Amino acid sequence: MTNTGKWRDLDKLLSRPGNLVNPGFEPSPELKDDLGEYTKVLVVGAGGLGCELLKDLALSGFTNLHVIDMDTIEVTNLNRQFLFRLQDVGKPKAEVAAKRVMERVSGVNIVPHFCRIEDKDLDFYREFNIIALGLDSIEARSYINSVACSFLEYDSDDKPSEETIKPMVDGGTEGFKGHARVILPGVTPCFECTIWLFPPQVKFPLCTLAETPRTAAHCIEYAHLIKWDEVHSGKAFDADDPEHMQWIYSEVRNWHSSVNMILIVLLFILLTLAILSQALKRAELFGIPGVTYSLTQGVVKNIIPAIASTNAIISAACALEALKIVTACSRIMSNYLTYNGLEGLHTKMTEFVRDKDCLVCGPGILLELETSITLQKFMELVGEHPKLLLSKPSVTYQGKTLYMQAPPVLEEMTRSNLKLPLFDLMDKMSKDVIHVTGMTNKDDKKTSCLRKLRIVFKGVDGITDVDMASGA
Amino acid sequence: MTESKTKYDRQLRIWGEQGQAALEKASICLLNCGPTGSEALKNLVLGGVGSITVIDGSKVEEGDLGNNFMVDDSSVGQSKAKSVCAFLQELNDAVKAKFVEESPEALIETNPSFFSQFTLVIATQLVEASVLKLDRICRQTNVMLICARSYGLTGMVRISVKEHTVIESKPDHFLDDLRLNNPWPELKRFAESIDLNSTDPVVHKHTPYVVILVKMAEEWANSHGGRLPSTREEKREFKDLLKGKMIGLDEDNYKEAIEASFKVSASRGISSGLCQILNDSSAEVDSVSSDFWVMVAALKEFIANEGGGEAPLEGSIPDMTSLTEYYINLQKIYQAKAEADFLAVEQRVRNILKRIGREPYSIPKTTIKSFCRNARKLTVCRYRPIEEELNSPVLSELQKYLTDEDYSAAVGFYILLRAVDRFAANYNRFPGLHVGEMDEDISRLKTIAVGLLGDLGCNGSALTEDLINEMCRFGVAELHAVAAFIGGVASQEVIKLITKQFVPMSGTFIFNGIDHKSQLLAL
Repeated sequence: MTNTGKWRDLDKLLSRPGNLVNPGFEPSPELKDDLGEYTKVLVVGAGGLGCELLKDLALSGFTNLHVIDMDTIEVTNLNRQFLFRLQDVGKPKAEVAAKRVMERVSGVNIVPHFCRIEDKDLDFYREFNIIALGLDSIEARSYINSVACSFLEYDSDDKPSEETIKPMVDGGTEGFKGHARVILPGVTPCFECTIWLFPPQVKFPLCTLAETPRTAAHCIEYAHLIKWDEVHSGKAFDADDPEHMQWIYSEVRNWHSSVNMILIVLLFILLTLAILSQALKRAELFGIPGVTYSLTQGVVKNIIPAIASTNAIISAACALEALKIVTACSRIMSNYLTYNGLEGLHTKMTEFVRDKDCLVCGPGILLELETSITLQKFMELVGEHPKLLLSKPSVTYQGKTLYMQAPPVLEEMTRSNLKLPLFDLMDKMSKDVIHVTGMTNKDDKKTSCLRKLRIVFKGVDGITDVDMASGA
Repeated sequence: MTESKTKYDRQLRIWGEQGQAALEKASICLLNCGPTGSEALKNLVLGGVGSITVIDGSKVEEGDLGNNFMVDDSSVGQSKAKSVCAFLQELNDAVKAKFVEESPEALIETNPSFFSQFTLVIATQLVEASVLKLDRICRQTNVMLICARSYGLTGMVRISVKEHTVIESKPDHFLDDLRLNNPWPELKRFAESIDLNSTDPVVHKHTPYVVILVKMAEEWANSHGGRLPSTREEKREFKDLLKGKMIGLDEDNYKEAIEASFKVSASRGISSGLCQILNDSSAEVDSVSSDFWVMVAALKEFIANEGGGEAPLEGSIPDMTSLTEYYINLQKIYQAKAEADFLAVEQRVRNILKRIGREPYSIPKTTIKSFCRNARKLTVCRYRPIEEELNSPVLSELQKYLTDEDYSAAVGFYILLRAVDRFAANYNRFPGLHVGEMDEDISRLKTIAVGLLGDLGCNGSALTEDLINEMCRFGVAELHAVAAFIGGVASQEVIKLITKQFVPMSGTFIFNGIDHKSQLLAL
């Protein structure tokens, strides 16, 4: 009997027993149906990796997908983001990508979310069984990682409880190189445990830029800082910084309310040209060759070169691992694959280990509080705690919002909680986990982050020393 | 034009306009357009290859909808080549897309001259017998060949080209060509013009480390009978000497000098890799030699004469702490030497071309210039004919792989991928196609695989039962994720071969989708 249906190839892997599989593999013809029915996957990013991931997951039997991306399609995407066409330029990536894959793979449902990852609350992320990351920024990876790890709960033996593990597959590429990894929070290292794998970018010293510029990049960076400085003191313009793009957006909005993304793109080109002209003047002054529009763009936008083939390789590795994580049809990679095609072909699997003191995937920082402490006071505490230093915090407890910084409507609705004791807001539980989101400084850059805190109230239920000893 | 420049911006930053032009001139032929082939071609169409020709004789079946994105419900029953081609054309209208509805095996058998029109052939999902014939055809007509195959959770990619020479190998990390161990007169003179004991603190902390090292090396040599620091002890002393020159702890230029001080002691002359290329028999050029080897012959002469044992200077310097004026002057000194070296090589190229009866200006100046700039990084890749590898693999390597834990699964799959083709030749179907015959197929496949290893002179016991079971479990399934991976690898290699930039992989790549311990086998 031969299966000639649509899933004839996948069914072989899912319905036949094997010896080199993951523990818990239960081969059956129904496994494919379960994959569709009970597994909800979130793809973060609909760019080079995201487009590939959506296709790969849809053709690996997943039928219930969501995709989130705040970007709109640009012409420079078309050399690799194969779901987009020239006429799609300016449209939201998530929406076009979802539509294209659904058109071609029948039976797949993809829900697009055209927004920032920070715009979604924890309940949104809680819904998914697995999260696939197709991102190009450390900040965004770090954020999603902290969200996924926030669901992790530890039992009384400090063992992660299995049903709270939210697995992630993460890919990244640069030119001919890339990586694919699997993160099982609490079991394998999370993004933060191995953050040293992503060293901060080397920045030129300011005095070099100002006094002794030597290369074209120095001239551009100088103009870039000076130009932007006219409006924002001391911080370089960063097209990938949502706050900066938001600023441009609001500036243009003030001028005319019906303005759209196309105009913003245009404004951005003008800004680049303005920087280029300043940089050229400076280069001429110092006799430095090599300042071009392309290089200026590279510096201003922090462009990472990208090609279709590497994205395809890395996404495929991630999608395959997602299939294994959900069905156990083969062994899960352990746990970090690097691919380098520059000089010959080098692939390497490295088994990284967890940082047992990790603030993100560990059991959470323990805070011992008086029952009388108000939410307001608690938020100040979080801002001062040396391991947290969270500014502009928003607080949620068991999916319930205690305080939100934005939007204004929500802020107003939750403002009255500030005066109330946290103990009351946490339903008078003697100890429980609470989530705080806010901004933190990392390498001189403000980034959003989410922290899980274990709150214990003093003098309630007779706190034992054992609990305290297991704290961070 | 500007639109395509914008569209390709992210890849132009990698392979430049020359690389892009080579892609746009290339014509690629794909054999079999299942997911492996379609995905490989998709990545090339997006990047803007000149033309593609899709060869496949089959019709789209329902089963194709579950693993191939290039076909959809409406294409069932139609020519697969046509459907895939139509989708690929949609991705990039700058690409000329054609299809031929014919089985690749038949084409190889009946019309071998068909392949000579292409730059490169990507052969996917072909069995051994067809691959061997195709390899012979492609080698005869100098058409590059890449074979790619996905099989369950394994697969392979193999390049077959007689010779591939690379000028712009663009390695990630490569030592700068500063000649601190062998400075030429102009560089020495410039260094002499700068006083390391300047009392102006700004000048002192902005004297480029290149100047510091040239001067200090000379000072050292003068007090050590003309020798440079060579023993570990001497190198440490040299560093201390540098440290002693610092007047403040914040002098980055001295820190850079200390960090780079080993370059002073580096051995002079060319690397063993370059030496091997110079001594290659192809460097004895005649009228049919390629431009690359003509330039190698000129390079060899240059090194033996004007170069004084060194390759032409690269001519660029890295950024370093320096006054703008010093840096720009230094840059000019390096550029001038590189230009002089280039002119000498160019003259030799012209003379050699004349000598072998070719038009002396048939190699453009820009090519010779690029050759000189990359002289230290030249790469030559040669690939054995596939038939040779299959009949007489490098036995010592094979035996090493079979006993090496890191390689055992990969080499196991290598043998089993060959064994399934023998199985198919014997039984007219692949193992594990039908569940009912699974047990029988496992023992048959084992017999074949052990026999195959025996024929090669190896012990079959290295093959694990688990791997053979797994191979039968796969039942010739082409999984989309595996196909996208293998197709992706193949397309990356195609780009390197066509742009003649970066270094293509050597050997046979075996994908291991079980634990991702994939390997390159040098057989």
